[in-house]
Amino acid sequence: MASKTININLKIWRQKNANSKGSMETYKLDNVSTDSSFLEMLDQLNEQLVNEHKEPVAFDHDCREGICGMCSLYINGEAHGPDRGVTTCQLHMRKFKDGETIYVEPWRAKAFPVIKDLVVDRSAFDRIQQAGGFVSVNTSGRTIDANTIPVGKAEADKAFEAATCIGCGACVATCKNASAMLFVSAKVSQLALLPQGQVEAKQRVLNMVKQMDEEGFGNCTNTGACEVECPKGISLENIARMNREYLKAIVAAD
Amino acid sequence: MSKSGIFTSSLAKKYWMALTGLFLITFLIGHLLGNLQLITKTGEEGRRAFNEYAYFMGHNIFIKILAYATYISILAHACLGLYLAVKNKQARPQKYAHNRPGANSGTASRYMAILGTAILIFICTHMANFWYKQKVAETVPLHYVEVKKVQQGQDPMTGQQITQEYTEIQALTTMGVYFPIGYINPQTHEKEIQIKPEGTKFKDPQSGLVAAEGYKDLHTVVMNFFGQSQQGQPTNQLAVWAVIGYVISMFVLMFHLWHGFVSAFQSLGLNHRKYNKLISVVGKAFAVVVPLLFAIIPVIIYLNR
Ligand code: HEM
Ligand code: SF4
Ligand code: FES
Repeated sequence: MASKTININLKIWRQKNANSKGSMETYKLDNVSTDSSFLEMLDQLNEQLVNEHKEPVAFDHDCREGICGMCSLYINGEAHGPDRGVTTCQLHMRKFKDGETIYVEPWRAKAFPVIKDLVVDRSAFDRIQQAGGFVSVNTSGRTIDANTIPVGKAEADKAFEAATCIGCGACVATCKNASAMLFVSAKVSQLALLPQGQVEAKQRVLNMVKQMDEEGFGNCTNTGACEVECPKGISLENIARMNREYLKAIVAAD
Repeated sequence: MSKSGIFTSSLAKKYWMALTGLFLITFLIGHLLGNLQLITKTGEEGRRAFNEYAYFMGHNIFIKILAYATYISILAHACLGLYLAVKNKQARPQKYAHNRPGANSGTASRYMAILGTAILIFICTHMANFWYKQKVAETVPLHYVEVKKVQQGQDPMTGQQITQEYTEIQALTTMGVYFPIGYINPQTHEKEIQIKPEGTKFKDPQSGLVAAEGYKDLHTVVMNFFGQSQQGQPTNQLAVWAVIGYVISMFVLMFHLWHGFVSAFQSLGLNHRKYNKLISVVGKAFAVVVPLLFAIIPVIIYLNR
């Protein structure tokens, strides 16, 4: 198939640093291959900017194959753009029309402050993980092999589905309340479903929710936007599971 | 170690939103069944049934406990809901320049606080119009009926047998019997009330003891409010607006419940592939049917004026 090229207009959020006031700037970019990914298009824009001796646009990226969760971007009013089940690095320019104006903004949330241009600080997620998103295994050399503990297929599958969360933050970005419930519930669920995780389940959910609240994320109102925009299709069932886990924990924690 | 309180954490607030919301949903069922008597029963029988029902709702101890639970639920639900809405706004200080929320979420789910505020305004006017009159106001007319009577007697002058027709005014009492309290003067056609009520109580003129208690005529208050003339009380000149306002409020409630019913189950962690379909179907049906049934009542009253 012969590849097509399109010309596009871009409206991109530019912000010098965390403390400066940013604004939407307009750019014109010609000859964008429809086979290129959204990030490759931004590379092309940056090349053009560098040639014009202008500051390139800062944006996050790493693996560029949808597994690391580093890329972000609120594209044309949707997290990771108009496509479903993909990250921005997996989004293709063939999803856009010739002559289209494309809005590109950083994730917007009090808990995700902008560092520069389209790059936001997502360390709030790390701190939530550090508050309890792990299993405290004995690492003194006497650890037992995980496979010696039997796990039912259905539970294992659900745990695995939850564990596919890449921590990109699209759920927060798209949520009208900037709530982190889908992310936190995925991280709670992947462990709560497994025998290894159940030992610390109660304290884990209490600590992670506490950290989530302290980071300044909003409260879930079950609009379901996160599930739709999540590149990994993390289900709202995980939020319900976390609500159950938390209820159990506040009723029964010692 | 940290133990988040059952009031302070974000999740716990959601449990309270869901629990109070579900309680208010059950309240709606009871309230609807009561209101439907306004159109299912007619005439003096309907009026009596409704006023007796309204009295019962204010005097039965179990209903009273439920009523206080309802007041607390509305207050808690509204205060917490608005508090959460403010917090949620603050969680995104910088808005998106271009946002397409409709691409991934239902409209009702994004306007719960605005819908709720509209419901709160409705509840306030509703309580001022009916609740206040039933529970607090002293000036509400009581349930009276006019009964044609025939009196037989002897003319003191001529000694002839005469029959005289007159209209007696009787009050319906909580003992279930009609209690004569006056008559209509056949010359002037004025009401002559001989036993005046104090509040809802009728006192024996001789002993000064309470002889009977009457019912407030809430049925007439409602009928007049929505444009039907009844019991010679002035009807509401703005009845058509009252009906329109009521119907709009019920549509607002419909949208609130369209999202709210199902949402409450999710908040409480009740999300299971086996039952989601059922919860959703029942929730959406409830959200449509209950407000619609509420809304047709004032419409029917108005059309029968
Ligand atoms: C008869 C009246 C009402 C009923 C039956 C009702 C029912 C519900 C239900 C079932 C929910 C879902 C709870 C959840 O998602 O867990 C809800 C949510 C909500 N209600 Fe109401 N409600 C009523 C009145 C009000 C009023 C007066 C307000 C006040 C302003 C209000 C504000 C809200 C808000 C803001 C939410 C969303 C809360 C959230 O998801 O965090 N509601 N309502
Ligand atoms: S739940 Fe989905 S949207 Fe949220 S961080 Fe994980 S992968 Fe990203
Ligand atoms: S760059 Fe790794 S997921 Fe997009």
